[in-house]
Amino acid sequence: MSFQIKEQPTVYDVCIVGSGAGGGMAAKVLAESGAKVALLEAGPWYDPADPKYITQLKNPWESPRRGASTHRPFGDFDAAWGGWELEGEPYTRKSGTQFDWFRSRMLGGRTNHWGRISLRFGPLDFKRKDVDGLGDNWPIGYEDVKPYYDKVDRLVGIFGSVENIPNEPDGIFLPPPKPRLHELFLKKAGKKINIPVIPSRLSILTKPINNERGQCFYCSQCSRGCQAYADFSSSSVLVKPAVKTGNVTVFTNAMAREVITNQDGIATGVSYVDKQNLQEYTVRAKIVVLAASACESARLLMNSKSSRHTKGLGNSSGVLGKYLHDSTGAGRSAFLPHLVDRKRYNEDGVGGMHVYTPWWLNDKKLDFPRGYHIEYGGGMGMPGYGFGFGMENMNGKYPGKDGNKKPAGGYGLSLKEDYRHFYGANFGMAGRGEAIAREDNYCEIDPNMVDKYGIPVLRFNYKWSEHEIKQAKHMQDTFEEIITAMGGIPTGPKPGPESNYGLAAPGRIIHEVGTTRMGDDPSKSVTNRYSQLHDARNVFVVDAGTFVSQADKNPTWTILALSMRASEYIIDQRKKANL
Amino acid sequence: MKRRDTLKAISLGTITATVVGTEAKADVPKKAEAPLSLSDFKNGKSAAERVRDAKIAAEVFFTPHEKQTISVLANYIIPPDGQHGGALEAKVPDFIEFIVKDMTQHQTPMRGGLSWLDTQCLKQFGKKFVTCTKSEQTKMLDQIAYPEQAKPEMSQGVAFFNLMRNLTATGYFTTQIGFNYLGYVGNRPNNWEGVPPEVLKQYGLSYDS
Repeated sequence: MSFQIKEQPTVYDVCIVGSGAGGGMAAKVLAESGAKVALLEAGPWYDPADPKYITQLKNPWESPRRGASTHRPFGDFDAAWGGWELEGEPYTRKSGTQFDWFRSRMLGGRTNHWGRISLRFGPLDFKRKDVDGLGDNWPIGYEDVKPYYDKVDRLVGIFGSVENIPNEPDGIFLPPPKPRLHELFLKKAGKKINIPVIPSRLSILTKPINNERGQCFYCSQCSRGCQAYADFSSSSVLVKPAVKTGNVTVFTNAMAREVITNQDGIATGVSYVDKQNLQEYTVRAKIVVLAASACESARLLMNSKSSRHTKGLGNSSGVLGKYLHDSTGAGRSAFLPHLVDRKRYNEDGVGGMHVYTPWWLNDKKLDFPRGYHIEYGGGMGMPGYGFGFGMENMNGKYPGKDGNKKPAGGYGLSLKEDYRHFYGANFGMAGRGEAIAREDNYCEIDPNMVDKYGIPVLRFNYKWSEHEIKQAKHMQDTFEEIITAMGGIPTGPKPGPESNYGLAAPGRIIHEVGTTRMGDDPSKSVTNRYSQLHDARNVFVVDAGTFVSQADKNPTWTILALSMRASEYIIDQRKKANL
Repeated sequence: MKRRDTLKAISLGTITATVVGTEAKADVPKKAEAPLSLSDFKNGKSAAERVRDAKIAAEVFFTPHEKQTISVLANYIIPPDGQHGGALEAKVPDFIEFIVKDMTQHQTPMRGGLSWLDTQCLKQFGKKFVTCTKSEQTKMLDQIAYPEQAKPEMSQGVAFFNLMRNLTATGYFTTQIGFNYLGYVGNRPNNWEGVPPEVLKQYGLSYDS
């Protein structure tokens, strides 16, 4: 076997690395403008409507492990081909710190299984430093992004309700689904204790928006990928129409190795290893758009060293990889005694909650900066692996069907009845909050390790600060307040300082951002306000790496808006012959 | 697209695209064969996942005696009632056999727990659990099935029985028989129109307030 790098003769207008939210959007916008696009994806092809991939509507017994998460991190039926650990693709951690890095290797990336929670950043979210003096402001504001949020709403589809809450901008909404039973109790409880509970904002089609995509049929399984294309995933909503233009060539199983630059420091293409045959290839392109995820794009840039870019491409500032931050997360569950022996009906609903709590204390002085929103779960969901576990902690505490208490645990018909009695009476909630972006939370290249393709891997250094821990404490207090107002009983002991109040490890919420942050000052940022590298004008980053701060909002809607904005900028600059 | 068309369209139209596959590229050395996980999906599973699951299923973990003990225990935990089958009808022992091979952390607690149970029965009744009479068996179970009442020297048996109860319940309720007993009626295309009016009334709730 001869070892050589195979260079394709075609010079594409654009080479996009990654087919998730950012890459899919760039592919669609650029291809529709007539650009010839090469789209590199490190995983295989995926189409949620192709029967060979479908797990939606499967019953638990169609998995021998009943959908348990032994292998796929969110279970056998989940549409994420990836996880926190990938065979042959390691990463490391520095000085006893922790960061868990979730990667999906498939067309559409992590958009195939995400929660579809599609929140706009508000005016405050772009300028938080003005409020608390921490971190940095974005170089752009809500007014710059709003037109793109509007376009994304129309293009992708989102349900929600107009609420006129200052930092929770309303969008162009489809009608939200009615709350489930426990969600009605939540709304009532919220009123009692002055915590807003409003319809959630999810990119799920409660009404059809075009002829290519269907309408939600309420199976609650968006995380399995939707065969009707009734929710947002980049594979079905962006890549599919992009490919339809005839201007996109998709390279699957293409693991990007380096961005290639010339003597002038300008990118000329991307080299990749084909995971199937382990051969090296180069795709030549006039413009390179990185959308491999915040950390993967940063890694690619760091690995793209040349005489002009000695610290890696786009790293003359030394900021590349720094300011990495993930959302904070903590949760609690509860039992709602008034819901035992509920009448049965199909309560699946959409994939995820029908109501949520946006951050409500912007005007209040607290002992931590920023805020969090609350997501809710509960109802008569489909049993899977784990269903029925821990009955011995329930059936001795609360009366059974006959109204009498009995000894915990047990066996036989009486135990069997208990599972039916308590079914659908549990409820859980999770806070998702904003962490402060810090220079000393970062990823860098590990000098001693490569992955199985020989590509140097990332090493993480990440620690939560007092800010995030205090925020988690506040979450736990709020959770108990809500549970009590609902007439519920919290499950297990309240998480305390020993566990940082249940604060999830960094990376676990899978909202990592900030590694290629944007800014007007090239000495303090990697890209400019149009997501364009300060150091190489024909290289763009359209994943969440450019986020200066994360807000308490899930990042996808902002990735989509900023990728569309950057793509339109590319088209404009091409017209003006600046690119 | 109208709703009924959506439902009709399910599992019809799929994406066809220009994909640069490996197939087109020549001189691929055999030893660099593609990892199975990258290709060949069927029924929602990659080839690698199918191979792995078939391999796990083909292994045998429990001895016939252990499997028999599990069956007797499962039937005590979730017996059939007049209307619905129990753990045995739902093939819970087969599920437990698979899951301990898939989740190896369950292997020692299960094997050791079964052995603990037989030892206790030998001490108390002079025979193994499955050969005890029904009244001896329930006498044994009553000592380990109620964690808050169990004697301290029974704590290992309690831990084993908790695990056995958990696995039996999960194995049972993730079958059609379990769905029917529980009354789970979802996992099918439908149109969510909210909580039924009679349920709203029952709880004094309404969509108007």
